[in-house]
Amino acid sequence: MIYLFDKSFEGLLSAVFDRFEYRHDVSRLLPADQAQQVLFEETHTVYSSSAKSERVWKGIQAKADAAWQRIIYCAFLSELTEVHHTLFMVLVRLFAGQVNLKNFGDATVLLLSQTAKKVEREKHRMKAFIRFEKSEDGMYFARIAPDFNVIPLIITFFKNRYADQPWIIYDQKRLYGVLYDTDQVHHIRKLPEDLSDHMLPDKPVQMDEDETLYATLWRDYFKSTNIEARKNPKLHRQHVPKRYWHLLTEKKIIWE
Amino acid sequence: MERIREKLSILADAAKYDVSCSSSGSKRKNTDKGIGDASNGICHTYTEDGRCVSLLKILLTNYCIYDCAFCVSRSSNDIKRAAFTVDEVVELTMNFYRRNYIEGLFLSSGIFKNADYTMERLLKIVKKLRTEERYNGYIHLKTIPGASEELINEAGLYVDRMSINLEMPTEEGLKKVAPEKSHEAVKRPLGIVQNKIQQFREERKLIKHVPRFVPAGQSTQMVIGATPENDMQIMHTASAYYKNFSLKRVYYSGYIPIRTDDVLPVVQPPLMREHRLYQTDWLLRFYGFNVHELLNEKHPDLDMQVDPKLMWALRNMHCFPVDINTADFQSLLRVPGIGRQSVQKILEARKFGRLRIDQLRKLGIAYNRAQYFIVCADTPVGLGSLQEHQVRSRILSLGKSKYAPAFSTQLSLF
Repeated sequence: MIYLFDKSFEGLLSAVFDRFEYRHDVSRLLPADQAQQVLFEETHTVYSSSAKSERVWKGIQAKADAAWQRIIYCAFLSELTEVHHTLFMVLVRLFAGQVNLKNFGDATVLLLSQTAKKVEREKHRMKAFIRFEKSEDGMYFARIAPDFNVIPLIITFFKNRYADQPWIIYDQKRLYGVLYDTDQVHHIRKLPEDLSDHMLPDKPVQMDEDETLYATLWRDYFKSTNIEARKNPKLHRQHVPKRYWHLLTEKKIIWE
Repeated sequence: MERIREKLSILADAAKYDVSCSSSGSKRKNTDKGIGDASNGICHTYTEDGRCVSLLKILLTNYCIYDCAFCVSRSSNDIKRAAFTVDEVVELTMNFYRRNYIEGLFLSSGIFKNADYTMERLLKIVKKLRTEERYNGYIHLKTIPGASEELINEAGLYVDRMSINLEMPTEEGLKKVAPEKSHEAVKRPLGIVQNKIQQFREERKLIKHVPRFVPAGQSTQMVIGATPENDMQIMHTASAYYKNFSLKRVYYSGYIPIRTDDVLPVVQPPLMREHRLYQTDWLLRFYGFNVHELLNEKHPDLDMQVDPKLMWALRNMHCFPVDINTADFQSLLRVPGIGRQSVQKILEARKFGRLRIDQLRKLGIAYNRAQYFIVCADTPVGLGSLQEHQVRSRILSLGKSKYAPAFSTQLSLF
């Protein structure tokens, strides 16, 4: 039996619920949009429901410590089909009492913890690499395009840190973002018309009058704090991988 | 705009030889919807030399009354001089911080007029940031040697870390390049701050709301390779300062010849040596090594070809092999190729069965190095009885060190 789910966390947990509800022998968990890959095997489409997923989450809380609850959530945020499948299988075995999450000798347990680590690393990179641009109305705007869906993991951090300024963090890859209005954080699915212009590169609109000054000063600072005699481009690229350059104030190419 | 750009480039350029970059270790929280917090260590970017940029590292001014041979800002050096005003530093810090460019401010200064006058200016800046701008980000402040105790104590209430540089590993070395400075002048402020930190910590046990005093502790820095000290002298000094002044960090900065000077040798920065010193530093702080085990009269210098942990293991082959499935935490920690996290994972994983080679590899240990020092469930017989030089040559031939060109005196044709 192959399970098809909607790629949401709720959906994944509901799949675990269904597995025990119907006692299916599940060979694979696939996103519903990959259903065409299935040729001969029977499929079951999981309907995500908060009632089901909450029950499963409660069960996880009883069986896994806080660190593992986070690993489970982070592994989910990787958005990788293979990892989602492994996560589903591990959860099923967890409820059947067939897996110990502390056993790093177990390849599936290790995969989850290593994937979670990758996601955490990406989260940490976003804390570092997000660059806000101040627009005329005092809004601080940042665009990101992370490898994994890490926005849920960084909201609290930015809310605590930039508590007195309104900001938006927008994920260009996944087309959603969060807006903080100095009081609460709101999810935004699609950008309002006037802000969507920000997404076109090289066409900043209505920036704060000092924005160019400080961006320039930052680029100057970045250059002058470098020690030429120690130049090490390989190490530089390891720490700041090229795929992030186009959104970094100090690395992106400026068209004069 | 042009003037502030010029000032920033002059004063950032002069500050970059201070290598301290850490922004962690403090517990400062954002209170009452102010701006910023300082409870994370985040490197916001990396320069092309591969060093991290987490703090806005600047001098208040590069005018200086001292003439230390190793320093760019020495009074006899013919360079452009500049000075920031208090407001300029505050504006820069706030605007960089709000855009998430930096984790905080690293503020140092050349000494103009006298120590107290300089320290007062620095104090003004950190006070304004904390009280008027309600800024809770990280602040690293250089203690000015010779500043009065009152000023140091007041500054300590606003900053997260204070530091003062030893500059050279020994008193004799320092006298040679900076006759006006001494290690004694460094010990005094280090001692003042250390006592105060201790005092506040004691009070905190009794009273809940005691303000924090230099919550991220103190650090210092030594220049390596400018004076002829050996690695033993350097690490013994570092170890003593860690112990006597409860320092959080000692930084080692490979000397970069700034301008030809008859007192100092002209060489490339000793990057490899610097790296080995940092590795040793880590072994002292996190791996339970004693400095005498690694560096002593018999072995006054570190091995440039292999890392200090491997160096120690090769000299002490009688302590190995260690059985992965039974050994305790401390002995696992001393195996080359196994780090702290791997030890934790091994301890957890071996509860569920005897560990095999493939599992160890997957856990993330450097098996190529570790294999000569361990036995696990399926270790082939015979590997454990190799001699020191055999192990060394096997490891060196197996691994291709990215530093290999640095060891070789052979010129490359291509």
